[in-house]
Amino acid sequence: MRVLTAIWEIFTNPAFYKLTLTAATPFIFASLGGVFSEITGVVNIALEGIMLMGAFVSIVFTSVTGNPWIGLLFAILVGLGMAWLHAWASIKWRGNQIVSGTALILLAQGVTGFLMEPIFGRPGQTDIVGKIPELRIPLFMKNEFLAQSIGELSPMIYIAFGCVALAWFIIYKTRLGLRMRAVGENPEAADTLGVNVYMIRYFGVLMSGIMASLGGAFLSVGEVGNFRELMTGGRGFIALAAMILGNWNPVGAMWASLLFGFSEAFANQLQSSSVLHVASSTKPLFNMFPFIVTLIVIAGFIGKTRSPAADGVPYEK
Amino acid sequence: MEKAVEMIQIVKQFPGVLANDHVDLIVLKGEIHSVVGENGAGKTTLMNQLYGLLKPDSGEIRIFEQKVSFKGPRDAIAKGIGMVHQHFMLVNNLTVAENVVLGSETTRGIIFDLREAQKRVDQLSRSYGLQVDPTAKIEDLPVGMQQRVEIIKTLYRGAEILILDEPTAVLTPQETEELFSVLKRLKENGKTIIFISHKLNEVMEISDRITVMRQGKVTGVLNKNETDVREIARLMVGREVVFTVQKPPAKSSDVVLRVENLWVKDYRKLDMVKGISFEIRKGEIYGIAGVAGNGQSELVEALTGLRKPEKGRVILCGEDVTGKSVRELREKGMAHIPEDRHKYGLILQYPAYYNMILGRHYVQPFVKGDFLDHRKIQEFTKTIFSQFDVRPNNIKMLGMNFSGGNQQKLVVAREMSAQPKLLVVSQPTRGLDVGATEFIHKALIQLRDTGVAILLVSMELDEIMSLSDRLAVMYSGQIMGEVDPKEVTVEEIGLMMAGHRFEDLRRV
Repeated sequence: MRVLTAIWEIFTNPAFYKLTLTAATPFIFASLGGVFSEITGVVNIALEGIMLMGAFVSIVFTSVTGNPWIGLLFAILVGLGMAWLHAWASIKWRGNQIVSGTALILLAQGVTGFLMEPIFGRPGQTDIVGKIPELRIPLFMKNEFLAQSIGELSPMIYIAFGCVALAWFIIYKTRLGLRMRAVGENPEAADTLGVNVYMIRYFGVLMSGIMASLGGAFLSVGEVGNFRELMTGGRGFIALAAMILGNWNPVGAMWASLLFGFSEAFANQLQSSSVLHVASSTKPLFNMFPFIVTLIVIAGFIGKTRSPAADGVPYEK
Repeated sequence: MEKAVEMIQIVKQFPGVLANDHVDLIVLKGEIHSVVGENGAGKTTLMNQLYGLLKPDSGEIRIFEQKVSFKGPRDAIAKGIGMVHQHFMLVNNLTVAENVVLGSETTRGIIFDLREAQKRVDQLSRSYGLQVDPTAKIEDLPVGMQQRVEIIKTLYRGAEILILDEPTAVLTPQETEELFSVLKRLKENGKTIIFISHKLNEVMEISDRITVMRQGKVTGVLNKNETDVREIARLMVGREVVFTVQKPPAKSSDVVLRVENLWVKDYRKLDMVKGISFEIRKGEIYGIAGVAGNGQSELVEALTGLRKPEKGRVILCGEDVTGKSVRELREKGMAHIPEDRHKYGLILQYPAYYNMILGRHYVQPFVKGDFLDHRKIQEFTKTIFSQFDVRPNNIKMLGMNFSGGNQQKLVVAREMSAQPKLLVVSQPTRGLDVGATEFIHKALIQLRDTGVAILLVSMELDEIMSLSDRLAVMYSGQIMGEVDPKEVTVEEIGLMMAGHRFEDLRRV
């Protein structure tokens, strides 16, 4: 009974919906990155690493310049750089995309950990250096529930939803998008029609770099204002799951991200619920919740999704 | 007459092979010109140079009497050349219209104008009689339709010269007929067509002129009206080709396979084989003819253990083997040459010597204890290679790197060397050239003469009529009649393939 009461309290609490949106935003950004890359046929598991770098670099430049937007800009640049490395290894040199992606994740973890001392003077985590201020929408402030749930949100959340629309438009409504889908499905066919397979793939991977670094930066300058080592905590991989669950479609990936954001927020609220009195030793169990949801959902849906046919296959002329 | 294509003294060298050795090809405007030759004669290489996919080492290409030098297909397309590849170049999850316009899309500003694309495809398909739904997804279309999409693709790009690389290899006889009427319509509209093939009957039916190639060289340029299949075959192969298979009459005795009232469902749970019964005796070839999709594949799958029959019995050498597994059947003397050698016959990523022992990898002499005996396996493969004349004679080469004919030889050699009592053969010569076909026919006859019972399923009427000792025609899962191929006409077989029972035909 107590459990039901706790769940009821969570669902009636407007802050829960804000938490859901906040938790979902990094997934939305990163899963869009996954869609952009994989729709052109390049698997990018480096999302996790690019996110971590994005989170770190945005804090570094926020602390240097005092402006979190400039921090964000540098995060994007570094994200582009990492994505370019991945593209170069896997498109130009036709390397194994999983190996290249893994290398970039390890690189990001190593570099961010190593640079903590020289830049911030201590390992672990940085001080709060500043974050992007929340955007207040006066229209929502009139109703108390709306005000507390979506009245004041990080502008990056709006940007994330804007990116969903943009990605959908690019992929399904433009010439470039048609070519991206063709290249991910049958690059040889596209090539014989004069489509530049390599260029389209570079574009897809670079877009994934931008998206993933935004997702990472949201965790630091968007949400808390500081950086913790390994703060992405596997979100890049959950984003890949969201991409698959969303059937490589930006809108589908958004819904899947919202589902994972919801389960993360739910687990957080449940373990700190005043009704349940969860012992601190069992709290980590709740942190498994989003991953269990991921497993169940992916296992249930995997047969119904269809990956681009040339996904992960290097193209050789 | 104006010349549409002139390829003059083209030379193309690949590592180890001179693919084109001073080749001349002249195609007149508005003609259907066939380029024929065995697999590996250099036809496709020549066409890839015309389409800009390859650059000639030396020689000159002229299009409509203008010298050209293509950097890529895009240049060739701009000069009015279109190519329909042997393996379709289509994006499966996109629609017909999207595939047609890909690379030169209809746009409104930055927006891709799908509706306009559909309209253009519809116009093209109407004016050339190429019926196809522009909004259908490629993966939902049958092969014949997909080929139309390929043709529309070239027309959309303003092709005046169409290259079709072995377009009939994947088509049913009806689809081939439709393709030929489309080609004739294109010709009436002033298009020039280059038709690549090694099916000589088709070449004789469709072409105006024929260029024959062998081992990278042109061995003859012929007018259709002044030549015949025999002459073309001689120029292709370099010797006389025997078209009628010579075989002594079968010495039929004991029954090897008996099938009693067999019913088989397909993956959709539809009845595909509906109560078939027949017997095959020692030393005879039992042919099953019919249009593709009338239950032949399901029958073969049920007999070889790939699919469980619903009802009925299969008796092999006096023993009931209904529903037994593939391994059990093989151990009892069944061998199988499947219709799709890439999917079922070979493991393309394996070297030839592993492919040679598939299915017998666990028996003497290929194992030593629980381990493979590589020395024995390779020795065995070497013997088989020389016995069956597999080329190149390199037992370590991967399955995928052999030509189609030699891949089929690998499968045939493996199955025959297993010393079967019953050999089930499906479409043994599909996609093979004249030389390889002749070889495989001879091998089947030889095997028959050693007393093996052979079940031969084939869509090629000539093949099945000349090889079979007895012949059954399947239609809609049933046998329309069992005949001696020497005592029926092709017309009678054709009527049986269309669903008439043999008794009814002879009664009239």
